[in-house]
Amino acid sequence: MLSTYQYPKFEYRRPPEIAEGREGGGGRYPVVVVGAGPVGLTAAIDLAIHGVPVVLLDNDDTVSIGSRGVCYAKRALEIMDRLGCAEEMVAKGVSWNVGRTFFREQEVFNFNLCPEPDHHRPGMINLQQYYLEEYLVRRAQSLPEIDLRWKNNVIAVSDQGDRVALRVETADGAYSIETDWLVVADGARSPIRHMMGLDIEGKIFMDRFLIADVVMKADYPTERWFWFDPPFHPNQSVLLHRQADNVWRIDFQLGWNVDPEEEKQPEKVIPRIKAMLGWHANEEREFELEWVSVYTFQCRRMHEFRHGRLLFTGDAAHQVSPFGARGANSGIQDTDNLVWKLKLVLDGTAPARLLDTYSEERVAAADENLMNSTRSTDFITPKSATSRTFRNAVLGLAKDYPFARALVNSGRLSVPSVLVESPLNTPDTEVFAGNMVPGAPMDDAPVDSTRGEKWLLQAAGNRFLLLYCMPDAGDVDAATADACTALAAGAIPVETLVVAERGTAPAGLGTLIDVKGRVRERYDLKPGTCYLIRPDQHVAARWRSLDAAKVRAALARATCNA
Amino acid sequence: MSLNTDPNFFTPGKRYFRAFSPGDDFYEALIDMHRDLSDEQSAMANARLILLLANHIGDISVLREAMKVAREGV
Repeated sequence: MLSTYQYPKFEYRRPPEIAEGREGGGGRYPVVVVGAGPVGLTAAIDLAIHGVPVVLLDNDDTVSIGSRGVCYAKRALEIMDRLGCAEEMVAKGVSWNVGRTFFREQEVFNFNLCPEPDHHRPGMINLQQYYLEEYLVRRAQSLPEIDLRWKNNVIAVSDQGDRVALRVETADGAYSIETDWLVVADGARSPIRHMMGLDIEGKIFMDRFLIADVVMKADYPTERWFWFDPPFHPNQSVLLHRQADNVWRIDFQLGWNVDPEEEKQPEKVIPRIKAMLGWHANEEREFELEWVSVYTFQCRRMHEFRHGRLLFTGDAAHQVSPFGARGANSGIQDTDNLVWKLKLVLDGTAPARLLDTYSEERVAAADENLMNSTRSTDFITPKSATSRTFRNAVLGLAKDYPFARALVNSGRLSVPSVLVESPLNTPDTEVFAGNMVPGAPMDDAPVDSTRGEKWLLQAAGNRFLLLYCMPDAGDVDAATADACTALAAGAIPVETLVVAERGTAPAGLGTLIDVKGRVRERYDLKPGTCYLIRPDQHVAARWRSLDAAKVRAALARATCNA
Repeated sequence: MSLNTDPNFFTPGKRYFRAFSPGDDFYEALIDMHRDLSDEQSAMANARLILLLANHIGDISVLREAMKVAREGV
């Protein structure tokens, strides 16, 4: 098979514990992360950005083999922006917003993921997972806080109550280390979950899918195309989309009663692709296979994501069907939620109970992802004759009737959860329009900041923030400016940014000029309105006027200090 | 009144943040209604459901319009 990608081999180095003869123990770290996939790497980078030294252990020495997770959604890109990794991803990846859905011979409808203007990042990019991992590894290696250890395999774990003890195996023998907190990002099969004897509950879907990555020069538009029951692959579904380097991902539903080994053989795969391309382009098209895989999937999650000093993230904690790109995207959101909390707990400015809210918030998000991906799966692969009849009726009506178009479910593509039930939210006491409720991830908007930021989300994140609306930033009165300065000097600092049409805020406060009025529109801002924003860019609280005591109370609530 | 073919599903008192959610809530409930039924039982359940909904709608001109659309497409 052809290869457009050269897999890097990362160098194993003798761990200091072995080099210094401390194999028996002695190394103690604040955080160890296990698994250098997208989620573990993201966690480590985020911790480093928060100034936390972190040991990242991985049992391998390269990136993902095969393209695997290829869709990265707007929210994941916004998180990567916060971590300084999004530019490379977006530059290399293929941005797309339009999806088309076909039923048999006909297109029944199309959608646009990001119909709203004035957002920094696109609805979705397609990028082979190995590129994402390569960029994250490079970023991790540039951060001195990260001690990235390849070919270090965790073979034993025990939670000692006040710390976690690990036994790690290498080519130079085994060694022991201890950590205050263990972030588990070791994937769907999670050896650590097994070592701890923890359950993950859910169901396996009785269906098989063939993924083929195909290299071809094609002038198809950069769109996601989904077929229900196409003439070239009757009674099943097919998905086509484009990745970087002229690699195209084609996903064929195969049904349960096929032999996965047989289906992976080129002599079996190539005719399928030829039939599809022939039907579509009505011509012979040259292509080469790059990677083929046959997979099944499970929809399941752990009951809780925190177990004492172990924090489970990504596929180790929850798995969904691939329809909707809710795997890697939700794992990246897990660490986004976890890391700022871990930082406050390590600093001693928040109690360990704050980490229970990591589990609560991300379990709720996982349930939403599981629900949406299960619904997509049930629509795409109906389980009974009646279910199939309804599905085909919806598809038949979709061309002419808008209500039916809304019911067509070829994957509800990853969007972040609105954490409406979170105990960290301070409920509204005043009336607001729009979706920026407590618990919502922030909507982006163009701004102009004194520090050169061009987007609202570039200006937010990594610390608590108070957005304060004042048409002329220079009109912020002295008492308010003093109150904001005091908030910035608290044990958990809250920085104030004045969102204004013009002017410059008093010293100590930042200014964001709402250049297109989108912040006002999306956050329903009026003079005096303020929003308390968490370090993960979620809304914690909002008011129509600034009262420092209320801000402190909401901050205490958002950090389990109430 | 004429037949409404725009998206129209909602749950009273429930706030939806994503446009696809109310329709998906309905569709899941519909498919769930048929869980563990034989094809014959499902056909009967569907007939009963249509009768109940038709009575709820009441306006026979709307029902005739829906029947026309339903029959045309099969």
